[in-house]
Amino acid sequence: MLGKDLLGLYDASAEDIAAILDTAVGMKKLLTQNLKKLPHLQGRTVTTLFYENSTRTRCSFELAAKYLGAGTVNVSASSSSVQKGETLIDTGRTLDAMKNDVIVIRHPMGGAPHLLARNVKASVINGGDGMNEHPTQALLDFYTMREKFGSFKGLKVAILGDILHSRVAKSNLFGLTKLGAEVTMFAPATMMPQGIERLGAKVARSREEAVAGAHVVMGLRIQLERMQGGLFPSLSEYNKYYGVGEGDLKGADKDCIVMHPGPVNRGVEFTSAVIDGETSRIEEQVLNGVAVRMALLFLLCKNRQGGERA
Amino acid sequence: MKKLLIKGGTAVLPQGCAACDILVENGKIAQIGQGLSAAGAQVLDAAGLHVFPGLIDLHVHLREPGFEYKEDIASGSAAAVRGGFTQVCCMPNTSPVCDNAAIVSYIVQRGREVGLCKVRPVGAMTVGERGESLAEMGKMKDAGAVAFSDDGKPVSDSRILRLAMEYASGFGTLTLSHCEDKALADGGVVNEGYNSTLAGLKGIPRAAEEVDVARVILLAETLGLRAHICHVSTRGAVQLLREAKARGVRVTAETCPHYFTLTDDAIASFDANTKVNPPLREQADVEAVKAGLADGTLDCIVTDHAPHHADEKNVEYNLAAFGISGLETSFALSYTALVRGGVLRIEQLAEKMSAAPARILGLEGGVLEEGAAADLMLADLQEKFVIDPSEFVSKGKNTPFAGREVYGRVKYTIVDGAVKFSNKKQ
Repeated sequence: MLGKDLLGLYDASAEDIAAILDTAVGMKKLLTQNLKKLPHLQGRTVTTLFYENSTRTRCSFELAAKYLGAGTVNVSASSSSVQKGETLIDTGRTLDAMKNDVIVIRHPMGGAPHLLARNVKASVINGGDGMNEHPTQALLDFYTMREKFGSFKGLKVAILGDILHSRVAKSNLFGLTKLGAEVTMFAPATMMPQGIERLGAKVARSREEAVAGAHVVMGLRIQLERMQGGLFPSLSEYNKYYGVGEGDLKGADKDCIVMHPGPVNRGVEFTSAVIDGETSRIEEQVLNGVAVRMALLFLLCKNRQGGERA
Repeated sequence: MKKLLIKGGTAVLPQGCAACDILVENGKIAQIGQGLSAAGAQVLDAAGLHVFPGLIDLHVHLREPGFEYKEDIASGSAAAVRGGFTQVCCMPNTSPVCDNAAIVSYIVQRGREVGLCKVRPVGAMTVGERGESLAEMGKMKDAGAVAFSDDGKPVSDSRILRLAMEYASGFGTLTLSHCEDKALADGGVVNEGYNSTLAGLKGIPRAAEEVDVARVILLAETLGLRAHICHVSTRGAVQLLREAKARGVRVTAETCPHYFTLTDDAIASFDANTKVNPPLREQADVEAVKAGLADGTLDCIVTDHAPHHADEKNVEYNLAAFGISGLETSFALSYTALVRGGVLRIEQLAEKMSAAPARILGLEGGVLEEGAAADLMLADLQEKFVIDPSEFVSKGKNTPFAGREVYGRVKYTIVDGAVKFSNKKQ
């Protein structure tokens, strides 16, 4: 049973996840028929509250809400204004007073959506918080995997890149282990967080080991400031040992697909041949993201009555 | 001057507990013995209570001057006596920083005016706690400073640290080292490990504490100086201290109740009241801290009382202030975890919370003996209660212990023979 909010997949059940994915199937069907004026969320308001830059996540949520007939408002705040100006709780209460139904928050600090959710009546969706979680990205990843493989049982997912800072990797790990998939991670040793094995991941010692037999090979965006911060020496060295080219996929399952949360650094996480190749699902992920967010908005609003939580 | 006879209690003496009466005269302990009587004395019925030497805390933040919205000397002193403390040493990270004799004098004077517990200022080691040049430790000592520390802002330049330790020793005073390699801590907010990964919060590795503990130990050892390590939280730091003491290094160390009662499992809620520096660690560290208290590696228990305004905690975890308001929970938490938990005997707890702190800084009090200042704390060790921050008299209600059931209620706090706090209700 989905509650008021979706803050992360660590606390979500396999049933919650399945319900969202199942609902998203219908939403995608409507989208592919180019039906973008649907009545599901008429009279509802969805606000995106982003304290970090984002193009695709914000755009995806906004379009998902609009396609379902909701009104949308976008609030941007630079992270510096968080520290100087209005507190998150006060901002949340202000949005609440305006009768928002859903607030989608992205924030550079882990736990910010939880703080907001405790203080507002609106449903809160975590659109990515610091190094904690990015549940809707993981849900769209699951949708993409299920579309290709039908089931998660025995599915092997390899995640390569900056695991330490990746909320995408963590939400994927939390969800996939609940769904019965096997997650293997590989990263420069400076970017592999402590305790990740206790959370259910296998840690590979090499790219080859990570990719071996994988049905899904997922790359993570490497942020340039990590290099400036000394976590790895150069992009070319990163690509040589941690990037994936066509040749590196030889050991993967013959039906393997390649995924990436974007935006991709071409020639760093993946070569262009991989990004644009037959195995790539990167563009499909973006479409699926809209469908999954439509499903989530619909389900959360269904739980609410007259603007308040049912 | 009037006499006070504390009758029918159990005195916590260095060698153990004994049914004793205590007669207080002229602010001093006049007599300890059985069946005492004194004509004209006010009698305090201590039946069912344990009489401890007044607790002494080497590490508190009273926030005055400068941060009176968090705490001031009046509210901090009230919290101290409510927690059984008769003497507290307040850290210099005020605004302005307590790095000169004028501010030391101000704090001493305010402490006297408030007149609850004895307030002993700790002066800054370096000007502005900037770690660049030595503060006027001699003048501060004459004004009443009892030790020197750049608590919270450890001196990163090892040469300056060495000079500060040496210079302080010239006045017979001790430096108190908050051990943290800031580069290694790198802006982290919780312990680095499973729980930091789970919560997605930036971790502080144990090495950030341990590297600096090792540095201070080595400076003390090679220079033949005394050193004191603040708020030890890791098993590695406990081991470094154990080995140093075995080699004969003159180092003492403190820990705080939260390091032997809580693990970083508590951060999963993103409740910023769990945010403290050094951070809450893991179960193995909790066990090591207890073992260190039991075998004498850790000399004393302090609170690191760090009151903050609610607005400074009710924000994103990363933005929240570090610190726990600890004066009013320390005794019950320590008694419950350590004595009822089978780690220490009652008289050993009194050693950790009173005698050892007094000895480390050469303060009065610490032991129940005839002729000593009548600084006493009476507690009902059988009384069970639930920690409720709304009852705190400290302005800082920031505690991760709200709702925790503990034993050991402070009933009376007596300073220089005068009752400064009493809790007679059930």
